[in-house]
Amino acid sequence: MYDVSYHRPASLADAKAMLASDDAKVLAGGQTLLPTMKQHLAAPSDLVDVRRIPGMSGVKVEGGKLVIGAATTHAEVAGNADVLKHVPSLACLAAGIGDPAVRHMGTIGGSIANNDPAADYPSAILALNATVVTDRREIAADDYFQGMFTTALEPGEIITAVKITPPKSGGYAKFPNPASRYAMVGVYVAQTGAGVRVAVTGAGQDGVFRHDGLEAALSARFAPEAVDGVSVSADGLLSDIHGDAAYRAHLVKVMAKRAVAAAA
Amino acid sequence: MATISMTVNGKAVKRAVPDNTLLSEFLREHLRLTGTHVGCDTSQCGACVVHVDGRAIKSCTALAASLDGATVTTIEGLANGDLHPMQKAFNDNHGLQCGFCTPGMIMSGVDMVARYKAEGRELTEAAIRHELEGNICRCTGYHNIVKSIQQAAAEM
Ligand SMILES: Cc1cc2nc3c(=O)[nH]c(=O)nc-3n(C[C@H](O)[C@H](O)[C@H](O)COP(=O)(O)OP(=O)(O)OC[C@H]3O[C@@H](n4cnc5c(N)ncnc54)[C@H](O)[C@@H]3O)c2cc1C
Ligand code: FES
Ligand code: FES
Repeated sequence: MYDVSYHRPASLADAKAMLASDDAKVLAGGQTLLPTMKQHLAAPSDLVDVRRIPGMSGVKVEGGKLVIGAATTHAEVAGNADVLKHVPSLACLAAGIGDPAVRHMGTIGGSIANNDPAADYPSAILALNATVVTDRREIAADDYFQGMFTTALEPGEIITAVKITPPKSGGYAKFPNPASRYAMVGVYVAQTGAGVRVAVTGAGQDGVFRHDGLEAALSARFAPEAVDGVSVSADGLLSDIHGDAAYRAHLVKVMAKRAVAAAA
Repeated sequence: MATISMTVNGKAVKRAVPDNTLLSEFLREHLRLTGTHVGCDTSQCGACVVHVDGRAIKSCTALAASLDGATVTTIEGLANGDLHPMQKAFNDNHGLQCGFCTPGMIMSGVDMVARYKAEGRELTEAAIRHELEGNICRCTGYHNIVKSIQQAAAEM
C-alpha cells in the first residue's frame, strides 16, 4: 500500500477541515477502501477516520424515525433491538453482508457512500425511501443514488446518519454470488407511506434501481403471486462471468417473490 | 509515523510505525507474532483473523493506527498453560492438514461460539458453516473444521 497519513478527528468540524484537500478521503470500516488502496486503485494522501467522532455510530428512534449513525457496523445494525423491532428486514439484510469479520468492521455509511452496484444496503435505502443525512444537508434516497459507484455526495461531504420511517412491512432477498457473497441480484420490497417501493441491487448496469412494474403489481396486491404477471426486461442489466442479463432478469422476479414472502 | 499503544495477548505494547501499517503487519513484523497468517491480503481468506476488543476482524484489513488503545488477542494468546478448548478440538478432530488457515479458523471459531452463547442461540452445524463464510481452507474440505467447532462449543 502507498504511503498515507492517518487522522482521527475528534469532531465533525475537524473532519471537514481535514477533508478540504482533494486527495483526502473518509475512512470508516475500511472493508472496501483498504483493499482498493492495496490494489492501487485509490491513492489518497490522507485518511480521515470518522468512526470515533461522537454521534457517528449507534441507533436511536427520534420522532418515530429510526436514525442510524453512519459509522454503525453491519453487525450492530443486525443485532440492534430498535432495528429488529421497527425494520426487521434491515437487520436481516445487515446479517447477510459478507462474513462475520466484515460485519464487525464495515459500516452503513461506507456502504452507501461507495454505492457498489452489488452492495446490499443501497436497495434498502431506496426501497425504504430513507433520507441520507450529511454534514451539510439531507438527501432523499431517490436523489442520492446516481449510477454505479456514483452518488449525490460532493467532494468532502460526510454522511452522518441514515433516517428511516419504519414501513408497514419490508422484506429483502438476495441471490448471493457464491464466492463473494455480494448480490448477484438482491430485491428489497417495502410497504411505505408512499406506496409499495421495490429496489433492485446487483442487477443494474447503473447500480441500484426501482422497478415500476413490480411496484404497480405489488401495490395492487402485496403477495408473492402478484409478481408472476410482471415482465422484467433484461435491457440495462449486467452481463458478466457470474451471469448474463437474461438470467439476472429472471432472478429479479424470483428474489422479489421471496422478499414479499419474507416481508415483516 | 504513528505511535501505537495496544494490549496484545494481555501485554502492553508500544511501537512507532508508519501510518499505512496494517494490523497484520504490526503483529507479524513489529511484534514478531507470526501465528497470525496472511493468506490473500485481499480480505477474502480469513487466515489473518484476530480479536480486537472482543470481536473477530481481518487484521489485513485494518490499519494499526486506527486501533490505538485496542485490546488484541491473537492465536498465540489463546492457550493458557493448556491448549484452549478450540485448539484441542482441532487437534482431536483432525481439523487441519497443512495448518495455514488454522489460526484464522480457530479465532473465528472462538468468536462465533462466544457470540452465540451470549445471544443464547444454538450454534448448529448449518450455523457454523454459515459463520465460516469468511474463512477459506484449501486442504480439509471443512467437515473436520465444523466438527472441531461443534466439539469446542460443547466444552467452552
Ligand atoms: C470479503 C468481503 C465481502 C463483502 N461482502 C459484501 C456483501 O455481501 N454485501 C455488501 O453490501 N458489501 C459487502 N462488502 C463490503 C462491505 O459491506 C463494506 O463494509 C462496505 O462496502 C464499505 O463500508 P466501510 O465502512 O468498510 O467503508 P470504507 O471502506 O471505509 O469506505 C468506503 C468508501 O466510502 C467512503 N466513506 C465511508 N464512510 C463515509 C461517510 N460516513 N461519509 C462519506 N463517505 C464515506 C470512503 O471514503 C470510501 O470511498 C464486503 C467486503 C468484503 C471485504
Ligand atoms: S489475509 Fe486477511 S483475509 Fe486473507
Ligand atoms: S488446513 Fe491447509 S488451508 Fe486449511
